[in-house]
Amino acid sequence: MSRVELKLPQLRPLGATQRTDAWWIQPVLTLLGLGAFIVYSTWAALQGTHYWVPGTNYLSPMYSPVLFDSWQIAPASSGHAWFGAWPDWIPKNLWVLSMTPAFLILWAPGGFRFTCYYYRGAYYKAFWADPVSCAVGEPKFRGTHYRGEHKFPLLLQNIHRYFLYLALVFLVFLTYDAIISYRFLGDDGQKHFGVGIGSLVLTINPILLGGYTLGCHSLRHLIGGKKDCITDCSGARQGAYRGVSCLNRRHMLFAWLSLFWVGFTDVYVRLVSMGTWTDIRIL
Amino acid sequence: MPQATFRIWTGAGDDAVFKDFATDVSEGMVVLDAIHQIQAESAPTLACRWNCKAGKCGSCSAEVNGKPRLMCMTRLDTLDLSVPVTVEPMKSFPHVRDLVTDVSWNFRVKKSIKPFKPRKPDAPDGTWRMQQADVDRVQEFRKCIECFLCQDVCHVLRDHHKHPEFAGPRHFVYTAALEMHPLDTEDRLSHMKNEGGIGYCNITKCCTKVCPEHITITDNAIIPLKERVVDEYYDPLTRLFKVFTGK
Amino acid sequence: MSDYQTHEHDVLVIGAGGAGLRAAIEAASVKGLSVGLVCKSLLGKAHTVMAEGGMAAAMAHVDDRDNWMVHFADTMRGGQYLNNPVMAELHAKEAPDRVRELEAWGALFDRTRDGRILQRNFGGHRYPRLAHVGDRTGLEMIRTLQDHGIHQGIEVYMEHTVTTLLKDGDRVVGAFGYDRERGRFRVFKAKAVVLATGGIGRAFKITSNSWEYTGDGHALAYDAGADLIDMEFVQFHPTGMVWPPSVRGILVTEGVRGEGGRLVNKDGKRFMFDDVPDLYKNQVAKDAEEGWRYVTGDKNANRPPELLTRDHVARCINREVKAGRGSPHGGVYLDIAWIKEKLPNAQEHIKKKLPSMYHQFKELAGVDITTTPMEVGPTTHYVMGGVRVDGVTQMSTVPGLFAAGECAGGLHGANRLGGNSLSDLLVFGKRAGEHAAKWAQAQKPSNINAAQVELAAKQALAPFERSGENPYQVQLTLQDMMQDKVGIVRTENDMAAALDGLAALKKRAAAVSIDGNREYNPGWHTCLDLPNLLCVSEAVARCALDRRESRGGHFREDYPDKSKDFAGHNTVIRKAPDGSMKLLREPIVPLTDEQKKVIDANK
Repeated sequence: MSRVELKLPQLRPLGATQRTDAWWIQPVLTLLGLGAFIVYSTWAALQGTHYWVPGTNYLSPMYSPVLFDSWQIAPASSGHAWFGAWPDWIPKNLWVLSMTPAFLILWAPGGFRFTCYYYRGAYYKAFWADPVSCAVGEPKFRGTHYRGEHKFPLLLQNIHRYFLYLALVFLVFLTYDAIISYRFLGDDGQKHFGVGIGSLVLTINPILLGGYTLGCHSLRHLIGGKKDCITDCSGARQGAYRGVSCLNRRHMLFAWLSLFWVGFTDVYVRLVSMGTWTDIRIL
Repeated sequence: MPQATFRIWTGAGDDAVFKDFATDVSEGMVVLDAIHQIQAESAPTLACRWNCKAGKCGSCSAEVNGKPRLMCMTRLDTLDLSVPVTVEPMKSFPHVRDLVTDVSWNFRVKKSIKPFKPRKPDAPDGTWRMQQADVDRVQEFRKCIECFLCQDVCHVLRDHHKHPEFAGPRHFVYTAALEMHPLDTEDRLSHMKNEGGIGYCNITKCCTKVCPEHITITDNAIIPLKERVVDEYYDPLTRLFKVFTGK
Repeated sequence: MSDYQTHEHDVLVIGAGGAGLRAAIEAASVKGLSVGLVCKSLLGKAHTVMAEGGMAAAMAHVDDRDNWMVHFADTMRGGQYLNNPVMAELHAKEAPDRVRELEAWGALFDRTRDGRILQRNFGGHRYPRLAHVGDRTGLEMIRTLQDHGIHQGIEVYMEHTVTTLLKDGDRVVGAFGYDRERGRFRVFKAKAVVLATGGIGRAFKITSNSWEYTGDGHALAYDAGADLIDMEFVQFHPTGMVWPPSVRGILVTEGVRGEGGRLVNKDGKRFMFDDVPDLYKNQVAKDAEEGWRYVTGDKNANRPPELLTRDHVARCINREVKAGRGSPHGGVYLDIAWIKEKLPNAQEHIKKKLPSMYHQFKELAGVDITTTPMEVGPTTHYVMGGVRVDGVTQMSTVPGLFAAGECAGGLHGANRLGGNSLSDLLVFGKRAGEHAAKWAQAQKPSNINAAQVELAAKQALAPFERSGENPYQVQLTLQDMMQDKVGIVRTENDMAAALDGLAALKKRAAAVSIDGNREYNPGWHTCLDLPNLLCVSEAVARCALDRRESRGGHFREDYPDKSKDFAGHNTVIRKAPDGSMKLLREPIVPLTDEQKKVIDANK
């Protein structure tokens, strides 16, 4: 770039702007929305209990897949664990935090969202004030020392596509969870087809997550965006590219819907499991 | 006839100040009309760039009530005229006088980006064949009228003054148009990563919001470019794949 | 001589629109040649960006019956045979190559199904001929030239204005001007100068042209002793916006009519069917149905009357308005929304084909063109007349001075066809650059006349030393008068009055003053534009007064028909030794036998 010295206008301090509209609403909403989710999901992940509903196949998406059942519920079993009970070689506590099955897996979808192109822009604004809103001044200390994603540590955001691969796998698990949620334990001790409100809640979850995950910018690139001539590709791939692009245009919408729904699904499973709410069987 | 007050940034250098001008408002007027009226009535030397007055040339960029806008496309009936309307020059470029800034930096940056280099012609008569579906994507970028409002609002330039190491949204769109051009064979990714500093972009999408041509700058140009840079520099699997397949 | 910053080039191009950029690129392609490009605005903002419809080139991608001969015949017919046939032939022959060249430089035109450049219908063109990009073809063109040009070693002087051409004897050897940002004077020394400054639209009140269009090139050439030709022919584009007042004159592309838009008066009558000129009788649709088939690509159908030449359509609109059948704001209705009767996805189709029109009406007038008709009326758009040039080399009657694009005259005759402008810029921009380079290579060094420079500097600074009128008032009066008296409908009395008015305005302009300093001072710039505007206005008025007939863009209410007496000459304007404006009638450039045959075959 040009090295010519530019005599630029002075930097303006945080919040300085001539904007007359309520520019602060959006970052505040983002801060509240994301903040609430982070607080709730951390709390829920620390519980290690009530992540499934006995007698049904309802399983909280925050705990799925369950690698080992939580040590808090031993010797009981959720029936969802892949490798049985909590093994001795994994510590039960990390400093003052209790370890739960959620911690073993939540980093993957969490990382996917943390490195997501939409969320990045949103939390840089709401949490970092970098910038707090368009054409509004930033904290002065950052000034020309800004590093952005050009240098470590935020350079690591470029790992996003690897989290995408994991998120796609998780999408399969959660779809499986949705399908089996239509099987209920009958009086005869056998599992039978049925539909509960919880089944619907668990079904909407992977649909919204699919809308979010399949609209990922990295996926859009990998599936066709990297080609200059998409028409050279097979019809299926062209269709996939168009489909992903279509979801990508609504990426923000699906990001919020799916985030809310994951939280809500956990709340639903948790409260039904605790007996606070009763799951209504439709069929 | 109703009147409105315009609080305009006037003067040059350290002496520049906001000055109030009142003028009549008529139906359908835009901010640029008001500026012209003020020039003709009370401030003949008031400096402002403009050309087409139809949102096609991108000359009359300024900040109206703090928002980067084309003055010719900002109708007064969309503004609250009960209080003064502030009109300021762009903030990411050196100020010259009144509403005029020195935008020559942009032209120097553009020159540093490698030009279009087409593949060999497809047909014996020296012409090429392209499908509309492939052209569509690049045509969106070529709508750009170079008003530099995206450069103005981008905090990397505006608040961090990264001009020496950051090309800015306009030039990412320009590079994307070249990189995704069905005929182009040049490689500008290393330039984008290093001299262009695309990593400084933290995707806050302000550029997309202010674009008067409604180009989806961030999602369609910058992020796809970032992904191409990832392919080339940050993704070991893609690198390996390329080594093995020779693609 | 005072110590003004001096820049030396082999070829100096003044104006950086389509023609100027193309000329500069061509000249710079000659090894070792230094090229300077002066533009009044920032690079890439020139008026070319406003061109919407497309560029005409007989590539026959959509209709294989098209070829240069048909294009040549169309251009001549459109120009009412006052065109310079040498230019019209070169233009028709070379335009396809110039378009393909743009593609090789990165332009992305809309495509046909088989992947070639798509072409669309336009007024006066027999076959679909306009290569286009939606309705922003001019932007595509200037950006392509700009992005290619910046890598050709051209020295660009942005925001510089030339006020005087410098001469050594008969020859033009440079230019004198100032940079707008700081107001410092500059001397450009050059062996050849190419004028590509565009038109004169700012002499009129209602215009689609930007502030730059003050006839600089015309006036510079005239003052340097060059001939101007055909200045009576000003094109009033039939469709400009009329409401709200602040957008009055902004162009509504002919592409709207090319896509099927129809013109109706306040009674809902499609009035264009009522009056079809004889020259076009056998090329116009019999009814609305046939017209629709034509715009949707039926090769056997004839065009709807809305796609007749611009001069004719503009006059028909004017007639409707004068007869009291216009819209509330003094225009007529242009309706594209009606095509929903014909197309299931009409709304999407309109947005896709006419995106910037949709945008323009939505944002500036609050009108959704996919559901509501637009109000439109004629607007000053283009001047067919300009610097008289040699058809092959584009050199004016002054050695070393070339002209291309709108500021050159000859190609379009009495009326320009839509789409022929962009191709004109490229074809003759290239030729001007090429021949200016050749000329420059053959020249010996020249001298700059210090006295001329001093005089120019003194004149430029005079407005600061006077205390007189605000220049904007003079400009506004001039625009009102030209619109009123030398506009779309002209009469002897009006124009005689206009000439008197111009004489008075000249006196006022000589006394205008401005405060402030030289840095980016728009008032000062306006002071310096005034003499140019007055010069071209006088040329237009004098030529229009002399041509006692109606032809093409020139319509005389007192002589409403074409006259044989005026079919054989062009009107030429020259500066007399005493400084007054002299008018001559010069015979038109004759057609060759070959050209006659081509025209007869395409009648």
